[in-house]
Amino acid sequence: MPMKENWTPTIVAFCCNWCSYAGADLAGSSRLSYPANVKIIRIPCSCRLNPMFVLRAFQRGADGVILCGCHPGDCHYTTGNYYARRRMTLLFSMLDYLGIDRRRTRVEWVSAAEGAKFSATMNDFARTIAELGENVRLGDLRCKQE
Amino acid sequence: MIERARELLASGEVNRVLAWEKGENDFDRTPAVFTADNVDSLVYDGLCGPNLSKYLVGEMEKEGKILVFLKPCDSYSYNQLATEHRIDLEKVVPIAVGCRGKIDVEKLRAKGIKGILSVTEDGDKLLVKTLYGDAVVENRKEVLLDKCLACKGKEHVVECEVIGESEDTTEGDKFGIVAKLEAMTPDERFAFWRGELSKCIRCNACRNVCPACSCVKCVFDNPNTGVANKAAADDFEENMFHIIRAFHVAGRCTDCGECSRVCPQHIPLHLLNRKFIKDINEIYGGYQAGAEIGQRHPLENFDKGDCEPSVVHVRGGARK
Ligand code: SF4
Ligand code: SF4
Ligand code: FES
Repeated sequence: MPMKENWTPTIVAFCCNWCSYAGADLAGSSRLSYPANVKIIRIPCSCRLNPMFVLRAFQRGADGVILCGCHPGDCHYTTGNYYARRRMTLLFSMLDYLGIDRRRTRVEWVSAAEGAKFSATMNDFARTIAELGENVRLGDLRCKQE
Repeated sequence: MIERARELLASGEVNRVLAWEKGENDFDRTPAVFTADNVDSLVYDGLCGPNLSKYLVGEMEKEGKILVFLKPCDSYSYNQLATEHRIDLEKVVPIAVGCRGKIDVEKLRAKGIKGILSVTEDGDKLLVKTLYGDAVVENRKEVLLDKCLACKGKEHVVECEVIGESEDTTEGDKFGIVAKLEAMTPDERFAFWRGELSKCIRCNACRNVCPACSCVKCVFDNPNTGVANKAAADDFEENMFHIIRAFHVAGRCTDCGECSRVCPQHIPLHLLNRKFIKDINEIYGGYQAGAEIGQRHPLENFDKGDCEPSVVHVRGGARK
C-alpha cells in the first residue's frame, strides 16, 4: 500500500467509563505509555457503542477502531457488554465481508485495575495498524484526496 | 380465494381484504386493500411475488378486522411483525395460500422476450403475449424469482386455514454465494461490493418494502445522521447505508428476499442479510426469524459463554 510521508495511524478507542477509561487513567498515572495517536472516546458502557460510531470513525479517517469495556460479568449495567459482544462480533464480521480488514477492528476487556493491560493492548493494536498501513477502504475519499 | 374473501366480507367477520391486484401492466401485481365493492378485482397467480405482511402495519389503526393472504414465505414475516407487536393478531384474519414459486418478469426479458403484454400459466408452461407475437416458456422453474430459489419450504408457519397446494422450489444451498464471497481475498470482496453498492441510487425501495424495516421513525429519515441524503455523497455513504440497514434488520430479517426483488439496480442485497444469518447460525446456533411468534432474536439475547469478537480474526469466514 502506498504510504504518505510521515503517516502515523489514527486509532479510535471507545472506552467504557467504568473500567477501561479508568484503566487508561491508571496507565497514565503509573507512567505506562500508550501511543499518542490513540484517541480515546469515553462511553458510558461498552453497549453504548452504536455500530454507526464505528463506521463514522472510519469515515473521518480512523485507521483502526477498538472497543474496550468491562470484563464480561463485570459490566456496571449488568449485561451491557454481553450484548455489545454479540453486536461487535457480527459487525466486524460484516465489515470483513465487505473487504475491510478484520485486523482493523478489535474488542478488549480491560478493567480499571489493568493499567498495564491497557497500555499493552494499545501498543499492540497501534503496531498492527501501523503494519497494515492507511485505511482507504471505508474512508470518505473526497476528503482524503490531496 | 375470491369466494372465500367474499364470504368473510359478507358475514361481516372482516371489512377489508389485503391481497393483490393487477398493476399498470397486465403482468404487474400490486398489494391492494379491497372491500366488498371491489373484491372482484383481486388476483392470485404465479406473478404475485410481493409480500403482503408489511402492509398490515398501516392497517392496524383502522376499525374492524382485515383478511390477509399469506404465501409460505410471507408467513414468516407475519410472525416476525407479530413478535414485534407491529401487527395486532386480534385485528387480522390470516389465510394461507399455496405457492409454486413466483415468476420473475425480468428473467423473461433476460430470455430475450421483448414487449411483454401479458403472462399466463398453463401447468408448468408459461404463455407470454408480446407486442411481437406469442412466446412459450416450457418450464416456469426457469424464470422463478431469485427469492423462490431460496424458498423456506412449502409449510406455512402461521396456523390458519389453507387454500391451495405449495411446492418447495429451493435450489441448492442458499448460503453458497455467501461462502464463495467469504473465500475471496479482502481485495476481491471489496471490489465486488464496491461494484455492487456503487450502483445504488438511494431510492430507499429496499427499506420501504422490507417487513423488518417498519420503524415509524427510521434513521435514514433523520437528517442528523448524515446518511439520509437522497443521493449518497460518496462511496463511504453508499457502503454505510447498506451496512447500517443490514445491521438494523440482523436477527429480524426472515430472508424473504423482497429487498433484492425490488431493487431497480439489481443489487444482491440479500447477500448482506444472508451473511448475518449465516454468522448467527454458525456462531449462536441456528435461528430462523419469524419461525414462531414471540421468539427472542439473537441480538437481543446473549449467552455468558458466547465467543469473543476475536473469532472474526480467527475464522475469517465463519465457524464456531
Ligand atoms: S432485509 Fe430483505 S430479505 Fe430481510 S426481511 Fe427485509 S426485505 Fe426481507
Ligand atoms: S432498492 Fe437498490 S437502489 Fe434503491 S436504495 Fe435499495 S439498494 Fe439502493
Ligand atoms: S459498564 Fe463497562 S461495559 Fe458496561
